[in-house]
Amino acid sequence: MSNKNIEYTTVSEVAGPLMIVEKIKDVAFNEVVKIKTVDGEERTGQVLEAYLDKAVVQVFEGTKGLETKLTSARFIGETMKLGLSKDMLGRVFDGTGNPIDNIPAIIPDERRDINGNPMNPYAREYPSEFIQTGISTIDGLNTLVRGQKLPIFSGSGLPHNQLAAQIARQAKVLGKKETFAVVFCAMGITSEEANLFIKDFENTGALERTTMFLNLADDPTIERIILPRMALTCAEYLAFDIGMQVLVILTDMTNYAEALREIAAAREEVPGRRGYPGYMYTDLAMIYERAGRIRGKKGSITQIPMLTMPDDDITHPIPDLTGYITEGQIVLNRPLHKKDIYPPIAVLPCLSRLMDRGIGKDRTREDHSGVANQLYAAYSEGCDLRDLVAIVGEDALSERDSKFLKFADLFEEKFVRQGDHENRDITETLSIGWDLFSILPKAELKKIDEKYIEMFHPENKKDLGKNKDE
Amino acid sequence: MVNNTQKGKIIRISGPVIEADGMRGAKMYDVVRVGEENLIGEIIRLNQDVATIQVYEDTNGLRPGEKVESTGSPLSVELGPGLLTNIYDGIQRPLPTIFDQTGDFIERGVEAHAIDENKKWHFIPTIQAGEIVEGGDIIGTVQETSIITHKIMIPPNKKGTIISIVKEGDYTVVEDIAILEDENQEISVQMRQKWPVRKARPVKEKYDPSIPLITGQRVIDTFFPIAKGGTAAIPGGFGTGKTVSLHQLAKWSDAQVVIYVGCGERGNEMTDVLKEFPELEDPSTGEPLMNRTVLIANTSNMPVAARDASVYTGITLAEYYRDMGYDVALMADSTSRLAEAMREISGRLEEMPGEEGYPAYLASRLAEFYERAGRVKLLGSKDNEGSVSVMGAVSPPGGDFSEPVAQNTLRIVKVFWALDADLADRRHFPSINWLKSYSLYLNEISSWWNTNIGDSWLKLRNKAMALLQKESELQEIVKLVGPDALPPRERAVLEGARMIREDFLQQSAFHEVDTYCPGIKQYEMLRIMSLYSDEIQDAALKHVHIDDLINMQSREQIARMGTVPNDDFKSRFKIIEKEMKSEISKLIEKVN
Repeated sequence: MSNKNIEYTTVSEVAGPLMIVEKIKDVAFNEVVKIKTVDGEERTGQVLEAYLDKAVVQVFEGTKGLETKLTSARFIGETMKLGLSKDMLGRVFDGTGNPIDNIPAIIPDERRDINGNPMNPYAREYPSEFIQTGISTIDGLNTLVRGQKLPIFSGSGLPHNQLAAQIARQAKVLGKKETFAVVFCAMGITSEEANLFIKDFENTGALERTTMFLNLADDPTIERIILPRMALTCAEYLAFDIGMQVLVILTDMTNYAEALREIAAAREEVPGRRGYPGYMYTDLAMIYERAGRIRGKKGSITQIPMLTMPDDDITHPIPDLTGYITEGQIVLNRPLHKKDIYPPIAVLPCLSRLMDRGIGKDRTREDHSGVANQLYAAYSEGCDLRDLVAIVGEDALSERDSKFLKFADLFEEKFVRQGDHENRDITETLSIGWDLFSILPKAELKKIDEKYIEMFHPENKKDLGKNKDE
Repeated sequence: MVNNTQKGKIIRISGPVIEADGMRGAKMYDVVRVGEENLIGEIIRLNQDVATIQVYEDTNGLRPGEKVESTGSPLSVELGPGLLTNIYDGIQRPLPTIFDQTGDFIERGVEAHAIDENKKWHFIPTIQAGEIVEGGDIIGTVQETSIITHKIMIPPNKKGTIISIVKEGDYTVVEDIAILEDENQEISVQMRQKWPVRKARPVKEKYDPSIPLITGQRVIDTFFPIAKGGTAAIPGGFGTGKTVSLHQLAKWSDAQVVIYVGCGERGNEMTDVLKEFPELEDPSTGEPLMNRTVLIANTSNMPVAARDASVYTGITLAEYYRDMGYDVALMADSTSRLAEAMREISGRLEEMPGEEGYPAYLASRLAEFYERAGRVKLLGSKDNEGSVSVMGAVSPPGGDFSEPVAQNTLRIVKVFWALDADLADRRHFPSINWLKSYSLYLNEISSWWNTNIGDSWLKLRNKAMALLQKESELQEIVKLVGPDALPPRERAVLEGARMIREDFLQQSAFHEVDTYCPGIKQYEMLRIMSLYSDEIQDAALKHVHIDDLINMQSREQIARMGTVPNDDFKSRFKIIEKEMKSEISKLIEKVN
């Protein structure tokens, strides 16, 4: 705390994104460093390793132009903090938290460490409020609930951004009027992709309740390490201090992981799988676990991280470690996209872990869980039969099997496929499901309780009308 | 002990690992206090004056030059009444107390006793002055929760003659309740004792496991059973249902005390247990499940160094309840996170890495942990018995079981429940792959089943297993030529196997009846399904068309046996069995 004003010009080494400063004293771990280049440009860094007289500093804006003679470093005496205020809504910030929308800086009510503290599991509220996204494959089969972290696993060239924008546009909790906010955190995406979101937010009028943190493809890589932390600090403030329902979109986590690997390589750490650092699981958890709800607090943080699976490989460390932390995943799939089905959600590898508490009587509808399980089982059986048909031909199938085959095709056509502005409510989604079941023999509907078959099967013609909650 | 403490200062900080100078004389694994905020750490390497320390709390903002102080004692837990129903962090600080002190988010430097020192417990002495006692002997009891009587024991390393013991009444855990005399020295005994977590609590002898731990899960109890005092691993990629399976085991296994360790997993999962367990009833006592449970939470965003501590804390608590003569089950979700934490710390120590960057001592650490399970003869003069069963989840990257953590675990444990992503994708739950899984306790515990449940248990089980094996072979053929090309009897085999697969192995954790299936019901279900399989094979040989067999009325009844209420299933099953037999014989009559 004593050396806030000392400018050290004792940089001894610059390598990759790192810089080593020597002959210093009293530097804290993770302390922020202000760096001045020989041209007078100011950059920001953070202490990665602190010794009595030496510090290893990661430089966020890159080390280009730094040298070991005149570059100076000033340790500011505190860890990375972000100024917070309700006025952050409607604003755009860069990778170091400075506004880039040509409006004067905000006047913060408070400044908080961007690393946050872990939420006490004892203080958490278990997420159980159904969020209707208007997308059948999500609402019906992989229900999103408030406070969940549900990533989208995509591949390059797939319409994940379009899907995320649709979710952000349509998401609502039935029967409630609450204040929503979106925190949008872009890591290394192109300006074109960012514009897609900005335009969409503009069109729906959501822009004024959106806070954006942008680090685009041509911005410094290392900033991506702190960007999601800033976004989530802002989200925590909006959710738990102001009491808003916050949806956080993080895109693209693959670029984040790349930045993490870059630093690990520069530090010559022992690499884990595919060169990613061994602590990547912990590091990602620090981000994803910041979603959730707190007992007795009104607000919530729901996270939709997006990542592109390198080579569509779900076992790649980035999707793999993400899947171990998040509460399910929505997986996009290239063959469906090629069939021109939007959204190309692969259904079978998708999962929402928090679904069971968010659906059923008084939440969605009493038959929801049975319908979802049955759709899964029947579609999966149909997909298996496609492989068989490829070998033995359709004629070799039994009557039962050809029904399942037909089911799988119609399922993709009617249930999965929908327009990117088509907003289906949950009753509509479920009745599409029941219509599909009429293809199958009733005795095959083993996953559904008999009384719901009685109530909802189209054959029984008992039209109960629309859900009463609507 | 006081003069053992060393004072030094921090010279390097790198994430959760720090180095401190001036620590000569401090012992390996001693607990140290780090920095102005007194963060808790543990010495993991010594080199001359420099100690390398892993810090159990966040090190942000810590500065070289700040003080480091050794406490002279290893990381220990507090043991005594008040553990059950509680939720602790990895180093046994109660999360509710941390909540009271720092609010919704966990801040660092919190000091809290694991067991409330002010709460009074009703103590009933069970021995009198003048008696001679040794370590492990029970001197009194406390009703800790509605189901568990906490037995107050003489700590393992103490013995002597009781000079005095308090009368029945209310005492705190720190008050002296008995005074012993041993070789002219007076030893006072309290309800609370301490024990270092990395040291197994001693026992007299280890027995072979021979009693099954009934879990109410058909695929486990009938096909791949675990014994009381046994070890099991449940590996699976994400989304295959590891956590749901472990929760099911924690809910329904017939252990008297359950320790659930959430190690490096999701915060919401711990919240789920916290919320659900007080509402669920223990099937044998009807009391809330929480009353027999202790939770330990080191979620993935809590400090990584405490991962390892959380598992050791858990197993030490388990051993403590075992010492009272209870059957204890410990679930650790997930041991892979523990291994990754070891890898992270090892990397920061710049140790020579082994396979995939894991330290070379990974195998021995895992073995050390699992070896603390067992059914044992307890210390003390009574020769009582107790057991600790350990079930650990493994989260292999990419769902690939050839990675070091899964492989090293399989070398140690006796039961392997292989979770399968394919089964999970088609919502076959629990997604335990019946062809890959195994249990080495099958023969040891078969006599228990045969005596207590039904005399052909092992025979039925092996027959069903053979049927499933046969099915997988036939499926290979079906993939090439289609099912119609198979002879009728083989098609009947497929049908019989399909029933076992879909209606016996699958079990819904979310159905109020199906979630727990008693042993006798499992036996009856399997017996009827096995009978069904035999009869339809026989009928197929007698030229009954396979479609007629599949479309039988009673078939659907058999398929839904799992959801028949547990209290009157016997009479219902009898009717189902009778109907099935008559329907098949009618079909045979018709064609002949």
